[in-house]
Amino acid sequence: MFGAMINSRFDKNLEADVPESQNVIPRATPLKPSLKAIIVGASGGIGSAIVRRLAAEGYILALIDYSDGPLKSLCNEINKTHGENRAIPFKHNVTEYKKVPDLFRKVVADIGGLDLFIYVAGAIYFPALDEFNFDEDHKMVEVNLLGPMAWMSQVAPVFQSMQGGQIVGVSSVAGDRGRVSNPGYNSSKAGFTNYLEALRNRLTRHGVNVITIKPGMVKTQMLNLPGAPEPMLAVTPEQAADGILKAIKKRKQVVYISGLWRWVMLVLTNIPSVIFRRLNF
Amino acid sequence: MSSLNQTFKRLDNFGHSLSAASYCKYPKTPEEIYEVFQLAKKTGLTVSTRGAGRSYNDAALNGGGIILDMTGMDKILAWDPSTGVVRCEPGVTIEKLWQTILPDGWWPPVVSGTMATTMGGALSTNIHGKNNFLMGPFGEHVLEFTALLPTGAKITCSPQKNRDLFYSLISGLGLLGVFTSVALQMKKVYSGLLNVRAWPTRTLEEQLKSLLEAAPKYDYIVGWLDTITVGHGQIHAANYLNESQDLQPRKTLQVKYQTLPPRLFGVLPKSIMHYFMKPFVNNLGTFGINSAKYILSQRRHSFRQSHTAFNFYLDYIPNWERSYGRNGLIQHQSFLPKEPALQIWTEMLATAKRNGLPPYLGVTKRHRPDKFLLSHSVDGFSLALDFKVTDRNRSRLSAMLTEFDQMVIKAGGRFYFAKNSETSSQTTLAFLGQETVEKFKKMKKRCDPNGLLESDLYRRIFE
Repeated sequence: MFGAMINSRFDKNLEADVPESQNVIPRATPLKPSLKAIIVGASGGIGSAIVRRLAAEGYILALIDYSDGPLKSLCNEINKTHGENRAIPFKHNVTEYKKVPDLFRKVVADIGGLDLFIYVAGAIYFPALDEFNFDEDHKMVEVNLLGPMAWMSQVAPVFQSMQGGQIVGVSSVAGDRGRVSNPGYNSSKAGFTNYLEALRNRLTRHGVNVITIKPGMVKTQMLNLPGAPEPMLAVTPEQAADGILKAIKKRKQVVYISGLWRWVMLVLTNIPSVIFRRLNF
Repeated sequence: MSSLNQTFKRLDNFGHSLSAASYCKYPKTPEEIYEVFQLAKKTGLTVSTRGAGRSYNDAALNGGGIILDMTGMDKILAWDPSTGVVRCEPGVTIEKLWQTILPDGWWPPVVSGTMATTMGGALSTNIHGKNNFLMGPFGEHVLEFTALLPTGAKITCSPQKNRDLFYSLISGLGLLGVFTSVALQMKKVYSGLLNVRAWPTRTLEEQLKSLLEAAPKYDYIVGWLDTITVGHGQIHAANYLNESQDLQPRKTLQVKYQTLPPRLFGVLPKSIMHYFMKPFVNNLGTFGINSAKYILSQRRHSFRQSHTAFNFYLDYIPNWERSYGRNGLIQHQSFLPKEPALQIWTEMLATAKRNGLPPYLGVTKRHRPDKFLLSHSVDGFSLALDFKVTDRNRSRLSAMLTEFDQMVIKAGGRFYFAKNSETSSQTTLAFLGQETVEKFKKMKKRCDPNGLLESDLYRRIFE
């Protein structure tokens, strides 16, 4: 639901869709340097908050999301606020894995390089305690795990070869333990967390930093979905974005948002199974 | 296309003031260059050529695109000591060239301030030396070159054959085609030494007058300008030796005799010198160094110096540009006609001083115009200024250089595309003129109809 996408560079519709002026990013000069970032899932709650923060930091941004409308209005907002083109929109559904390599190359060429890659797209459904729904699980695994794998398989070799860059994956505290409430979501995020850790172990030696972000609850539209739990220790998307930006600047590795969740999850992950399986969350 | 991803490298410019990451390809033959063109077409990427990466700006950068690193094509194909004609591949450096020809009594007619420059880079930006007023730019000594166009066409050009392509590809910034070989006429020399004369100048006016009046008497002339205590300066002028003047030509023409000493005062390895220079690369330090240099330059004297020591000032201390720190340096070089030069530069240097952004090095030269399409030269002088870039001065420096550009354009001046990093497309249009830009774009359409050859420089000055 949150992160899909649709187009590759060869898609004439996309080219025609985007006004010419929006597509031209001024090249960096020594006196006007810029870092370049790709954000997948850019128009979502956390995504758009990160985008606004990064734009204010002077980043040149490629914004990727599955729905056209919010993406373009976000782009317009960014470019208007800063009085110059800092963001270009790309419509893409993350489950169209085959289109990723071509799109990735096009995006990097259009923004003139790459320093930061953020995957913040995610999908969630809230099943009832006695419900099993493979279609929904399948969708969550596609968006939360296979999507990032498709993208990071492109990003990782590029950063490894460049001997630099940062990869940020927005996973979830939900990946830390399998719970009664959402087996599909838990396992998709556990997979993502694990994938990011493996990536970190592969890439640190090449000068690439990989950050796993584990938000607890963030007040986005996700919490308005049917079956969503009551907010607990919830932060606003802006607070989450601040945390992520700080993690990027300090080149952190695993960051809980808010930080309190680190301790909550420390307790949760240490509850013995004999007790945990009797609990209702 | 995972193999392409694994070629992604971060490259920077000579001043370390800008970097960009690109997919790097290292062709060895024209066929491999053509393969890269095919790859670019298939992937929708653009291609930019790169030699030694000695330009101060974005001329050899292509962020997110393909870089054709030409340094692998570095063979000297033919050398005839009887005529002084050399034919070589584009990746041959000036260093390799002079080392090949000097023992036979020849020297490149035009060289840059560093010998790392490649032939391809020298042709693309049409470099000049301290003898521009006499010998013109590098391109005037080309007898013939071959190039591969993105269309796949192999062309041969000389001042007689394919004349329009000859005068466009040389100075064409690598945007029209890729040089595959070049034949050059070298200059006969009778010694590995030059007769150098040095004298001080007290004001900018005196310096420009010296350049103007002394130039006809010398083979080379260059001025150093103290940009902190504006006006102080020194002129170095040099002549080749004739047959009778060097008693040991066999010795002085040897490569070994020319090689720059690796140690300073016989002890300090020069490779670490830039660490010691770093504390002086600021307003106060440069004031000290420049003042000391000016005091030492008071003596008018003549001496003999090797070709390399006189010409390759920038190689004297390896990695000197590192002493400018993390953000590197940029150079602003303006070319002005004789008449307005003094007034404009006086105003420019005063502005820099007023803004607290003084350049740390100033170099003046004498120039004459040439016939190449994207020519930077005028009948007048050039002033090159090195500025240190810091996180704090970027926006102020940018505003000041924009102001400089306006002043230069109003006075009928020009800029050099291997140096200035901030020249905008409007400024470029203003000094090249509508007609030249149209002519270049038409030529680009003809040579590169699919627009494969692009660099960050191209996007900055032509879009």
